[in-house]
Amino acid sequence: MSEPNQSTPQEQTGTGATRKTNNKRTVLTLALVTVLMFGFAFAMVPLYRLVCSVAGWNSISTNSTRALEAEVAAAKATEESAARDITVQFDATINGNVAWEFRPNVRSVTVKPGEKTTISYYVKNHSDKTVITQSIPGITPWQATKHFKKIECFCFETQTLQAGEAVDMTLQFVVDPDLPSDINTITLSYTIMDTNRTESLKPDKSNLPTVGSL
Amino acid sequence: MSSTATHDDHHHAPPSGFGRWLFSTNHKDIGTMYLIFSLIMLFLGGSMAMLVRAELYFPGLQFLEPDLFNNMVTTHAIIMVFGVVMPAAAGMANWMIPLQIGAPDMALPRLNNLSFWLLPAAATLLILSIIVPFFGGGAPVNTGWTLYPPLSVQAGMGMDLLIFTLHVLGISSILAAINIVTTILNMRAPGLTMMKLPLFVWAWLFTAILLIMIMPALAGGVTMLLFDRHFGTSFFDAAGGGDPVLFQHLFWFFGHPEVYVLLLPSIGVLGIIVPTFARKPLFGYKSLVWGMGVLLLLGMVVWAHHQYTIGMSVAATNYFMIGTILISIPVGLMLFNFMFTMWRGAMTFETPMLFAISIILMFSFAGTTGVMLAVVPADLQYHDTYFVVAHFHYALIPGALFGLYAGVFYWLPKWTGHMYNETLGKIFFWWTTIGFNLTFFPQHFSGLAGMPRRIVDYSVQFVEFNQISSIGAFIFGLSHLLFVYIIIQTVRGGPKAGDMPWEGAQIGTPGLEWTLPSPPPFHSFETPPTVK
Repeated sequence: MSEPNQSTPQEQTGTGATRKTNNKRTVLTLALVTVLMFGFAFAMVPLYRLVCSVAGWNSISTNSTRALEAEVAAAKATEESAARDITVQFDATINGNVAWEFRPNVRSVTVKPGEKTTISYYVKNHSDKTVITQSIPGITPWQATKHFKKIECFCFETQTLQAGEAVDMTLQFVVDPDLPSDINTITLSYTIMDTNRTESLKPDKSNLPTVGSL
Repeated sequence: MSSTATHDDHHHAPPSGFGRWLFSTNHKDIGTMYLIFSLIMLFLGGSMAMLVRAELYFPGLQFLEPDLFNNMVTTHAIIMVFGVVMPAAAGMANWMIPLQIGAPDMALPRLNNLSFWLLPAAATLLILSIIVPFFGGGAPVNTGWTLYPPLSVQAGMGMDLLIFTLHVLGISSILAAINIVTTILNMRAPGLTMMKLPLFVWAWLFTAILLIMIMPALAGGVTMLLFDRHFGTSFFDAAGGGDPVLFQHLFWFFGHPEVYVLLLPSIGVLGIIVPTFARKPLFGYKSLVWGMGVLLLLGMVVWAHHQYTIGMSVAATNYFMIGTILISIPVGLMLFNFMFTMWRGAMTFETPMLFAISIILMFSFAGTTGVMLAVVPADLQYHDTYFVVAHFHYALIPGALFGLYAGVFYWLPKWTGHMYNETLGKIFFWWTTIGFNLTFFPQHFSGLAGMPRRIVDYSVQFVEFNQISSIGAFIFGLSHLLFVYIIIQTVRGGPKAGDMPWEGAQIGTPGLEWTLPSPPPFHSFETPPTVK
């Protein structure tokens, strides 16, 4: 075991030139791993969104988008579902220290699965500045997230509010009859946020709507 | 080696003056600088902990504004993790790995110089991040070391400095890790096969691999944070289509394996100290090596147990729970290996061994509370309470810090050529161990009773536990003055240490450091020794 062996640096270390070559190879391999792991952090951004939307875990990626036309068509009332009463509760939160008013116009509604329902949220900008807001939904229990189909929602895009302007913002949804039978109450919560931007964001083309027109 | 290129005789005295340290490519000098740097940072981070405990002695506000309190908590954690444990372990690696494997120096000595000198730069940035809020730099960094958005997006300029600190520290530790892996794989003495390596070398090989895997992910995460703060991106901003929870995943993808980065070097030190003072070869050397490998793999895939409360699916929490509990198998294996090594050994109880035994006891305790925290329904109750604080201080202070103290006492005779004062060493051991337990044991109770962490004020029902904790913290903190005194005393003089000051040091898979005089010459192993 005393002579240098170039082919297996794991087992034997050489001296001089062999050692230099081995060092170079090891360093390059490790540097490559470093670069790949740095890239991995950025690859997590689309991967995370993908995993969440496939699994229906995360309301931002699954519930801020329009339901597909086929999904809405499939969410037809059946005889079985007509017997169920689902309570949908609405909640509103204002993010950060801003002079706005934000509340649902109705606290809760009772709906049948497959029944299209329209409600609205009231928002008023009490400040003296124009703001661009975005509302982020959350659904409790989270298992109901993928069964809560939004046909029209103010959360699909940013809302521009002039100083002192008040608006009623519309939400139209349908609850999928496949909703697990142990869920009878769904709480839909919106948090309204200041986007801190001066022009409204372009709608995300990756969340292409298929119901209605954009 | 550039400084010696013109000389025929390489065994000349080291260059004198400041240049010796600034331009050093000598692994021993760089190791010493790492160790001194971490000792200074230990006092900086420790004094912040003392401030925090002084504030918490009574409920209500005494000395610190809430934001400043949270800034102290944050900076204490960052300093202890990145400024104390990692540099101290890296310093020990620099000193010991080339000596143990019979290499003349690290594989890339100049890179080694850069890895070290990035640290003072990072420390400067970190201190600036505390100072700028006092001079109009916005809100202090009050997020805790996890830097979660949206709070971290709203903090002031100190946050940017902290992000740059993490970048610089990350580069430093990645370079050091690359250097260490290359050294271990390519620079071993002829005949020294991987399975003959001292356990400390194995432990550092796994640590360095982990560092290379996780530090870039943290760098990516904080870079996105920087972009969100200044360049209008929305990686973590829900209003712009991002998700703050993504940062938590990125952070803990780094943060959980980081625990093993802190822990493994100390496990390696134990793997050398326990056989020495039990005078028996390490029980199950191979299983320990494999156990560390399994720990590395499992540690990489269980990060989300820090985030049970974010509302993951049941399937995901189950996966992370089971994965986390599985980790107790390799960790338990290590502890049993150490215990069986001691079984029927001819044990003596010098300071390093006292630390080793107390680590096994106290770290087991952290393992037990760790399993409690891994269980989802229980964790929802314990999350973000002082129970968690007690758990990770029990894991990291014995698991990482005391392991390094044990290593310092064990190798100090080799480094300096002098024996340390054994009586003072034992006094330090008892003083620091009692102080530590007095500080953190009551926090289990206040945590279970519901006291939340990272809050400047608390309900009056927690007063007694907090006062015991604070008194313990001052005892624990002061004990380190004795530690510094022992080190200075040993460096300056003391009984002469032989080549092998510990009787049992050659048992099992010893390193080659004992074949050299104490202290070793400035340039050692220029002709590689041959291992049979």
